[in-house]
Amino acid sequence: MPRRALRLGVAGPVGTGKSSLIATVCRNMAAELEIGVVTNDIYTDEDARFLRASGVLSAARIRAVETGACPHTAIRDDITMNLIAVEDMERDVGPLDLVLVESGGDNLTATFSPGLVDAQVFVLDVAGGGDVVRKGGPGIARADLLAVNKVDLAPYVDVDVDRMVAEGAAARGGAPVLALSRHRPETVDELCAWIRRLAGDHAAGRHTPTDPGAPAHHHHAHVRAT
Amino acid sequence: MRACARVATESAPGPGGRPRTRISGLRSQAPLMLFTTRAKEGEPSVAHRGVPARVSVAAGAAGPIGGDELRLEVEVGPGSVLVLSEVSPSLLLPGREGRVSTTRVRISVATGGTLVWLPEPLVAARGCDHLNEVRVDLADDAALLMREEVVLGRHGETGGRVRLSTRVRRSGRALLCQDLELGTGAGRTPVVAHGHRAVGSVLVADPLWCAQEARSRPRTRLLSGDAVVTPLPQGAALISALCQDNASLRDTLRSGLAALGPPWTPRPVPPPP
Amino acid sequence: MTARAALLLFADGRLPAGGYAHSGGLEESVRTGRVRDAQSLESFLEGRARTVGLVLAAFAARSCRAARDPDPLPELEVLDAELDARTPSPAQRETSRQLGRQLHRLLTGMAHHPLLERLPRAPHQPLVLGAACGLYGLRPLDAALAALHESVTGPAVAAVRLMSIDPFRTHAALARIAPSLDRLAERALEHCDGSPHDMPAAAAPLLDVVAEVHATRSERLFAS
Repeated sequence: MPRRALRLGVAGPVGTGKSSLIATVCRNMAAELEIGVVTNDIYTDEDARFLRASGVLSAARIRAVETGACPHTAIRDDITMNLIAVEDMERDVGPLDLVLVESGGDNLTATFSPGLVDAQVFVLDVAGGGDVVRKGGPGIARADLLAVNKVDLAPYVDVDVDRMVAEGAAARGGAPVLALSRHRPETVDELCAWIRRLAGDHAAGRHTPTDPGAPAHHHHAHVRAT
Repeated sequence: MRACARVATESAPGPGGRPRTRISGLRSQAPLMLFTTRAKEGEPSVAHRGVPARVSVAAGAAGPIGGDELRLEVEVGPGSVLVLSEVSPSLLLPGREGRVSTTRVRISVATGGTLVWLPEPLVAARGCDHLNEVRVDLADDAALLMREEVVLGRHGETGGRVRLSTRVRRSGRALLCQDLELGTGAGRTPVVAHGHRAVGSVLVADPLWCAQEARSRPRTRLLSGDAVVTPLPQGAALISALCQDNASLRDTLRSGLAALGPPWTPRPVPPPP
Repeated sequence: MTARAALLLFADGRLPAGGYAHSGGLEESVRTGRVRDAQSLESFLEGRARTVGLVLAAFAARSCRAARDPDPLPELEVLDAELDARTPSPAQRETSRQLGRQLHRLLTGMAHHPLLERLPRAPHQPLVLGAACGLYGLRPLDAALAALHESVTGPAVAAVRLMSIDPFRTHAALARIAPSLDRLAERALEHCDGSPHDMPAAAAPLLDVVAEVHATRSERLFAS
């Protein structure tokens, strides 16, 4: 089987910092990994433009998929456009080590299809409130990584980060939860280390994708209907 | 009424050894009268393609009328240049028992040949039912400029039905195929004309645009909310416009030609005869 | 036995080939005010069926028939060029090829299809649709119906996001024009043989213009 990049999905509600997380990963890992990004937007290519403007990747490594105002469909039900975008980019600028697929900001239930990505990060932020974690959903409960973003803002929005992380870990049966802020280098390092490990496992054929959309059998998540 | 007219051109040696275009065939049949003429305003420059011959069509005061069958054959010989114009607009009128009137135009432009065809508008009177069928065969290095304009109704009149059927090929390969129905059916919907009374297009096929290394291929250009210049495959461009009256239609199509740049830009002053 | 159920598969709006991201020119037509209520929407759909829909149906039907020939590729290649000549808008040519490529990606992801795998990279959508119908045992009439169905349901479904209209009204409009889709499909069938140059070429100049205007918009819900 030909070598192909690790495909990592980044999902989560609007405004939680998905684009910024991706820009941070690119900025910190571009020296060690060949990276490409596919964005899924609600209105044309705003996220792609943000990434291009940030200058962390060349324009050829950033592609936008237009989703007809249906971003959750494009990453789960009908992945053809995204798959073609990823495959085209790997063909045109590859070989790549990592393709980040950013979902359009949608609700808590959106997760990536196992046909599109190998692993996924679900992004929340403290500004959304501490109780979002408790509301749950397949992404929060079963994504490969739950990132609680913008933790530097916690004092201003009256959120207890430790408690939010602990509740996240409980909801996820112990699967990883990362408190993240691009203003706190140690948290960024942790994120990069997680991706580095995953990319290594993928390259070595050790990574087995799990689908958060499928019911979990190995642990009991505290998932309530939203 | 049935009539068939024909014009053919060929390249012949002219003064100073420069080839000029000679009219090798000219046949009129009432009401389709063909005669040689001088350059008109708005004609593009075709000097780079050769010294042109100019022919104009006079199709009588009114008509075609329902039931009429007109046919025009145009053969542009190798290396020759023909500018074909028209004296006045055609007023399409209904015939008895709602019969269809047809105009069939058959055009061939041989290798190195050029045709500039600038007919005047078809004006669709109330109740008319007209089919305008144009078939063009271009050799691979032939050039073509072809205008079509339809005005639905005279002043304050609701126009009848007009169908324009166009097929253009270059070297046997389809270049532009359009069947446009106006005045009835789909013609009244928001996808075709939707209340626009004047609808027209100009097709320009320039062999210079075919070349891989072509410097200035046409590009998409919006002329207004209802008019656009679009590049076609095989080195051609289509200017398409929908307007409220014929004057603004003509202006818009000319602005499209201006956007294509020389030599297709219309020239305000007629060149000396 | 006549294949039927596969037709429902290809005509289903949930077919995962990316069609949901397109409004068939409706978004820009709403923006211009030419489509603003249930009546003008129905007129838009009817016009679309009689123009774009008829052309797509004829090409899908003929591709379906061709797919049963021993070597359909030369004819599909001619049809591809003929359809280019019927699509003066570069934005629409691009959309048609993008949708064709997506459908092709889906079909080759579903199963091994030697014919489809030999098609060029981004054929026009109705060619892929027609060929797929042929490969799944459907008839040219089925392919024509599927193409016509798709030419109006996409915009109708998009309408509920683009204008103040409820889904009952959009589907009432679709139901009213259904008989005309049947008639148009029969007409499309008449062109399965004969010169491809004589195939339907029903023009929709306003759709061509709005496609180009839409392509320049920096904010839009739908890709076309």
